[in-house]
Amino acid sequence: MPRLTKDHALELLCSEDIYSLAQQACKGRDKLHPGNHITFVIDRNINYTNVCQVQCKFCAFYRDENNSDAYVLSVEEILSKVEEAVEMGATQVMLQGGLHPKLGLDYYTAVFQAIKQYYPVVIHSLSPPEIKHIAAQENISIKETVMELKKAGLDSLPGGGAEVLVDRVRQLISPQKISSQEWLDIMETAHNMGLKSTATMMIGSQETLLERLEHLEKIRALQDRTGGFRAFIPWTFQPHNTVLGGKKASSASYLRFLAVSRLFLDNFRTVQGSWVTQGPGMGQISIYFGADDLGSLMLEENVVKAAGVSYNMARDKMIRIIKETGKIPALRDTSYNILKVYR
Amino acid sequence: MLHIIEAKILNGQRLTREDALFLTGCNDLLFLGRLAREVKRRKTGSFVYFNVNRHLNLTNICVSNCRFCAFGRDRDKNGAYVMSVEEALRTARTAVPEGITELHIVSALHPDLPFEYYCEVIARLHAAYPEVHLQAFTAVEIDYFAKISGKSIRDVLNILIKAGLGSLPGGGAEIFSSRVRKETCPNKASGERWLEVMQTAHELGLKTNATMLYGHLETWEERIDHLLRLRELQDRTGGFQSFIPLPFHPENTALSHLKRTTAAEDLKVLTIARLLLDNFDHVKAFWIMLGLPLAQLTLEFGADDLDGTVVEEKITHAAGAKTSEGITKDELLSLIREMGCIPVERDTLYNVLKVYEEGNKHEA
Ligand code: SF4
Ligand code: SF4
Repeated sequence: MPRLTKDHALELLCSEDIYSLAQQACKGRDKLHPGNHITFVIDRNINYTNVCQVQCKFCAFYRDENNSDAYVLSVEEILSKVEEAVEMGATQVMLQGGLHPKLGLDYYTAVFQAIKQYYPVVIHSLSPPEIKHIAAQENISIKETVMELKKAGLDSLPGGGAEVLVDRVRQLISPQKISSQEWLDIMETAHNMGLKSTATMMIGSQETLLERLEHLEKIRALQDRTGGFRAFIPWTFQPHNTVLGGKKASSASYLRFLAVSRLFLDNFRTVQGSWVTQGPGMGQISIYFGADDLGSLMLEENVVKAAGVSYNMARDKMIRIIKETGKIPALRDTSYNILKVYR
Repeated sequence: MLHIIEAKILNGQRLTREDALFLTGCNDLLFLGRLAREVKRRKTGSFVYFNVNRHLNLTNICVSNCRFCAFGRDRDKNGAYVMSVEEALRTARTAVPEGITELHIVSALHPDLPFEYYCEVIARLHAAYPEVHLQAFTAVEIDYFAKISGKSIRDVLNILIKAGLGSLPGGGAEIFSSRVRKETCPNKASGERWLEVMQTAHELGLKTNATMLYGHLETWEERIDHLLRLRELQDRTGGFQSFIPLPFHPENTALSHLKRTTAAEDLKVLTIARLLLDNFDHVKAFWIMLGLPLAQLTLEFGADDLDGTVVEEKITHAAGAKTSEGITKDELLSLIREMGCIPVERDTLYNVLKVYEEGNKHEA
């Protein structure tokens, strides 16, 4: 099949019958994944600080340093969270946080080294804005920063902070955040240094349909050069408690976009339907629109606290929703190797 | 087999019980959905209906103790309530200026409210708001009224019609199978009785809806038989306006150990119902129970009606449904338009009140 152009993709996005779009996306997916597996990973998201100077308008998470619920996790606190996660079978931890004016390279290297010293988990952490922030704090290059972090134990990068890789949109929703070119450059540097990553996209804030496709085109071009992206993960803007506010993207627009992404990103092996951000229902339906992975069970704070019970429920539910679509659920690691198949 | 079924649907032929049972084993939701959408389009084109109504639940004190119910309770339980006639009128008063065309009144089987109470509620509401359609009392409640008043179903219905009753909602059908009813709701009207009430109502000129509560103890076979019995009665009376599949919400019920059906299963039930019920004009998605994201998708899977701007809905929310309690008309219109459909505001009897032609299909 010839590569989709933006114009053709726009047509698919706007007017293609939803069934033939879904069928094409599934066909594309099944060609790449002949084993019929739909994968998921067990990991834990650890937000080491909520203090952030960037104040993105779509973000409900950041706090001012002086705010009463501002926090920074200590190395010990992080270790105990990692331990809980590992006990419940997590193979990966994802540390992500705000851009704290007082955290520098030392903090991150100490955290990563400590984790690696005690636990056999993959550290899938820090998105480009955080990398840039650390480099700026230390006044060193991106390359040096990545090298130091890698030395300390960083294994791969999540694709966060991309939102929409179009500067017009970034000006509107996150004027103080790194530009789209900076995001791409940092990923390219990381890929070239042997760190793989994912790519994400947030849809439904201020972007046009064409700008969504521009985003896809940029990551497809980078992937052509580096092959360093393992997956593409679109998610929808959650307006609740944000400066931006407004409406959530609808399920139909999410699914349509997911299917078009599957067709457009011919050099990506995985397109993820996210059960965490879309809910288990739309997560399941995304399988019919070309997704081959449902992402993480996400051991959230409260889930972990409520002990193993809810975690097992989450896993059983994940297995059940995949099975009901006629696919085979499989547990994977960060590199998308299959660890366990649930027949 | 699938292509035979497909050909039947495309030729407008009726599916058999065997066809339907075969479809229950089909995992290809896209295949089922496309066919169901084809049927929907033949029935209603690109119209998607909604109705601006308000729900009124007169009491939640119930003698029936159905195991799947999170609404009914004993008199001495937390949150038990009965509305006086005055309170019912007052609630209606706050709703009517919002431009509703229908009051949807469903309640529990109260141990000692007399039949006259219900007649009075209807009569007073009708007198106060003659332009508002009163869709009230499930077949189960009608059966209960017959029991407590010593009257026949026909007499009960006639009295209520005279008081101002406009139509019956479709609730209380659950699953007709006596095996399942014995285990889940042994104290209320049987499946046969439900159908008998509906037949009588239709004969008296009342339109009604029909429902099916699925995802508890029933088998696929029992679901199919339920649908077939509805189809059979509809052949005789033509009195059903719409069919409404209702996924069971286990939370806060005596069956809370069960798991909620998944989105894929909800869509499968919907599509198979749309394919099987060839004599029903409308299949309604009740977004309060499905959640808005899934409800929007149902429009591509055979549904042609979204239950409207509901301001208050006690029954499902007691069972922990997590959808927000109401959406604005604008939100509803944009959900419908985004699917390439034309929103149509209707009254209870599917008379078109307004076709929303303008507006742009895709979000920015
Ligand atoms: S950089 Fe991240 S944490 Fe900071 S405001 Fe933006 S999205 Fe939120
Ligand atoms: S379903 Fe109806 S009859 Fe059964 S307990 Fe609930 S309110 Fe009572």
